[in-house]
Amino acid sequence: MNTMLHIANPICAINWNRMEDEKDLEVWNRLTTNFWLPEKVPLSNDIPSWATLIRDEQQLTIRVFTGLTLLDTLQNTMGAISMLKDAETQHEEAVLTNIAFMEAVHARSYSSIFSTLCLTPDVDDAYRWSLENEYLQKKAASIIKYYKGNDPMKKKVASVFLESFLFYSGFYLPMYWSSHAKLTNTADLIRLIIRDEAVHGYYIGYKFQKKLQKQAAAEQRDVRDFAVSFLLDLYEIESKYTESLYDTVGLSEDVKMFLHYNANKALMNLGFDALFPSDICAVNPAILSALSPTSDENHDFFSGSGSSYVIGKAVATTDGDWEF
Amino acid sequence: MSLVVYYSSATGNTHNFVERLSVRALRIERKGEPLILNEPYVLVIPTYADNEGGGAVPKAVIHFLNHVGNRALIRAVVAGGNRNFGKMYALSGAVVARKCSVPCLYCFELRGTDDDVCRVRLRLNKFWKQQC
Repeated sequence: MNTMLHIANPICAINWNRMEDEKDLEVWNRLTTNFWLPEKVPLSNDIPSWATLIRDEQQLTIRVFTGLTLLDTLQNTMGAISMLKDAETQHEEAVLTNIAFMEAVHARSYSSIFSTLCLTPDVDDAYRWSLENEYLQKKAASIIKYYKGNDPMKKKVASVFLESFLFYSGFYLPMYWSSHAKLTNTADLIRLIIRDEAVHGYYIGYKFQKKLQKQAAAEQRDVRDFAVSFLLDLYEIESKYTESLYDTVGLSEDVKMFLHYNANKALMNLGFDALFPSDICAVNPAILSALSPTSDENHDFFSGSGSSYVIGKAVATTDGDWEF
Repeated sequence: MSLVVYYSSATGNTHNFVERLSVRALRIERKGEPLILNEPYVLVIPTYADNEGGGAVPKAVIHFLNHVGNRALIRAVVAGGNRNFGKMYALSGAVVARKCSVPCLYCFELRGTDDDVCRVRLRLNKFWKQQC
């Protein structure tokens, strides 16, 4: 007797022991081992440093972090989730939900920074500012347009541009402070976010490339043209956003170098060539070394800073077969 | 002379970089017949380090280098990575350089800019001249 029922469209249990795309498992493993929470970072060590910033610098910092919170909120509640229905494997869905959750952790982290360092009225002011800043709202709206749309390719392009490009006008500032030995613990936390965003941009860019390869040459050209013109539109907004924030401290041009450099990396994540020529991608070396300090980085022991001190120390590769 | 041996995952970043170098190149595959070399080469590889630095060198590259003959012929390494990974940026280059006692000639991000390609091409030429 056959007791099996025939069910139309049965729900499939995910099986991580049968992979269709090895990249899903590789990225899942990377993201889960990278998991962190803001409570791990001793932000309160930055209280004395925060007090050395002048009023304008404090306001700039709070606004920059509020802008980043807005983008993380968007990515948490819309971005990663909007791509779920385009996923080609169940493992891809699982990775996207991990990405969505981590974006919530990022958004939450900025509030930890605020509650540790700032006065509530100043933070409230910045949240009001974020609702009224034309450029911040415009860049969010430009991305949301595609998240709400039905084109899986354009959604992925928008997501990679958010993860690999739009965050960087904000990330610049904590790297700048860190290079001046200020807010170094806050910078450690931001570096954890920067690392996560790199994996997100890499993964979504990879899935984009896989889908693109299946398309005809003419379609591929159209998608590329769309991506480049969308990037240039976002760049226009981003330049003005940058000026609206950084003109007061005279850093706008330096930030723009960093924007060009990251715009190129966003294109590379999509499998496209860099667009901005090298002479306008000359990122301040102090910012680059704040981003990826070499092993001889000086730890500021007394402020408890230095990402490897707080987060764990680098060790050599220990794969069993890596024996000569 | 001037042989490049490289590994590239499904994203194809390192493959793209090596293609633009326009040099004679052999790819290390994850599956199939192992690659056995009989002439000196420069290794070009990406980095997949976790936050502790583990797993920086792709497994397929480790298998390739575990072959004594292959290991004896490596002359230098060029590594890809992403500065977003902080101290782990292009760590695979440093690991291989240390393990195999060869110089790490250059580090580039993702698929490298055209400037990176030009610089690596120049360095490879210079390097092979010195080796002769």
